[in-house]
Amino acid sequence: MSEKITKIILFIASFIIVIISAGMVLSLMSGAAPAFKEFGFKFIISTEWNPTEGKEQYGALQFIAGTIITSIIAIIICLPLAFSTSLFIGEYFRGTKLAKIIGTMVDMLAGIPSIVYGLWGFYVLRPLIVDLGFNAQGFGIITAGIILAIMIIPYATSISTEIIKMVSNELKEAAYSLGATQKDVIMAVVIPEARSGIFTSYILAFGRAIGETMAVTMLIGNTNIIPKSIFDTGNTMASVIANQFGEADGLKLSSLIAIGLILFVITGLINGLGKIMIKQFN
Amino acid sequence: MKDLIIKIENPVLDIKNLSISYNKGKYAVTNVNAGVKKNSVTAIMGPSGCGKSTLLRAINRMHELYPNIEVKGKIFLNNNDIFLMSSIEIRRKIGMVFQRPNPFPTMSIYDNVIAGYKLNGIRLKKNKKDEIVEKSLKDVVLWNEVKNSLKKKGTFLSGGQQQRLCIARALAFKPDVILLDEPTSALDPIATKKVEQLLIKLKENYTILLVTHNMSQAARMSDYSMFMYLGELVEYGKTKKLFINPVDKRTEEYLTGKFS
Repeated sequence: MSEKITKIILFIASFIIVIISAGMVLSLMSGAAPAFKEFGFKFIISTEWNPTEGKEQYGALQFIAGTIITSIIAIIICLPLAFSTSLFIGEYFRGTKLAKIIGTMVDMLAGIPSIVYGLWGFYVLRPLIVDLGFNAQGFGIITAGIILAIMIIPYATSISTEIIKMVSNELKEAAYSLGATQKDVIMAVVIPEARSGIFTSYILAFGRAIGETMAVTMLIGNTNIIPKSIFDTGNTMASVIANQFGEADGLKLSSLIAIGLILFVITGLINGLGKIMIKQFN
Repeated sequence: MKDLIIKIENPVLDIKNLSISYNKGKYAVTNVNAGVKKNSVTAIMGPSGCGKSTLLRAINRMHELYPNIEVKGKIFLNNNDIFLMSSIEIRRKIGMVFQRPNPFPTMSIYDNVIAGYKLNGIRLKKNKKDEIVEKSLKDVVLWNEVKNSLKKKGTFLSGGQQQRLCIARALAFKPDVILLDEPTSALDPIATKKVEQLLIKLKENYTILLVTHNMSQAARMSDYSMFMYLGELVEYGKTKKLFINPVDKRTEEYLTGKFS
């Protein structure tokens, strides 16, 4: 009897989760419908963002571009740092006190709320960008990209570290027994073995960068244009929603929801891809 | 003492007063003295935790991969102190085969055999590589089974074939000694038999030191046997003599199955 009750409770709880996600997708779709009806496929390839009444015209391309460019900058900066750090913690200094301290710090960085990164970026990174003469105010794609990089480094590092630690000791010992040095073992055994998993950790980190909102909104400059250089200001899909949803209604609100839907689909696809790849690795 | 530990003339390996401790003071191997005869199969047996694997892994200095393991005493390979040589050099001269077959899964069969050269960054001409691969695979009686699939991954092979591939990989450097750590414990009886026959054949050109949990394996294939118990080398002699006429009471009890 009690087993039956447990089953029912578990079933209901899981069902609620399904309802919530399905409901979210449905409401996003119905909210976005007017914008897609009005602009069609052009919504994705147009850079118009004109809220003037009567001449309303919305397109998402500049936000998609802003999102992809900032995320690519982030992943380019993240890659060498996360890769080296994960090798350091997961293999080279594995099990040492130093590796433990650095590992803990990486986990700590991963736990810092987005708003704190944004604030730090605003007060420390932005003035630095100004001092370096990259642009006058310090806001822009590069500033957002750097803060995104700092935010995803711990994420990519901790996943890569776990993957690197999973490389079997038997294989490493086999290589050592053939006279390999630690560097040889890392190059010829650890990296080839962990390669697909490490790659996946960057996919997942990229997915995270794409959806990151708060810190980016605070630093990107919020202009609705396709950035011509990385020192220009811009907007990402997430930041334009965060910036404009408060005063939006009608077609504009629908367009923002449509951007939200696109963002949802892109991050969903990337995370799904990452999960499949991780599974294959295991 | 003289009756318990056989004196080997001109040993290829000579272990002198060897003690190995984990975490300061906890001894896994205590004061082992033993020589290993050239071109023989020598088996090290004893119950789990007796220190036989620890002893074996000190001989090619694998213990150095892990912190907190301290080795006292000396080991000589052809009269050269192995602790004065580089660990890379010593591991090329003393090959190792592990409990579970562990070919490199990202490498082909061919690349697995010459993995030692690749890992060490030694560049060889194609025909020289082909020659080493063919010779090593023939040595382990695997050539006919894999000669048409050398580019395939080693992990496609059966467990027994994989283990013979791992032996070939250890032979590619033409080591003086091959250490094997329970090499058949993950294999079925037929694959085990093949590996045993192979090792007996290999002693013509190599010296084989084998850790085994399996007494009958030691009896079947070794020329000399060591019995270790609680880190101590209790008895060491010709296998026939040791099995028929053990001197120490503990050896006798182990061999008659009073403990295992």
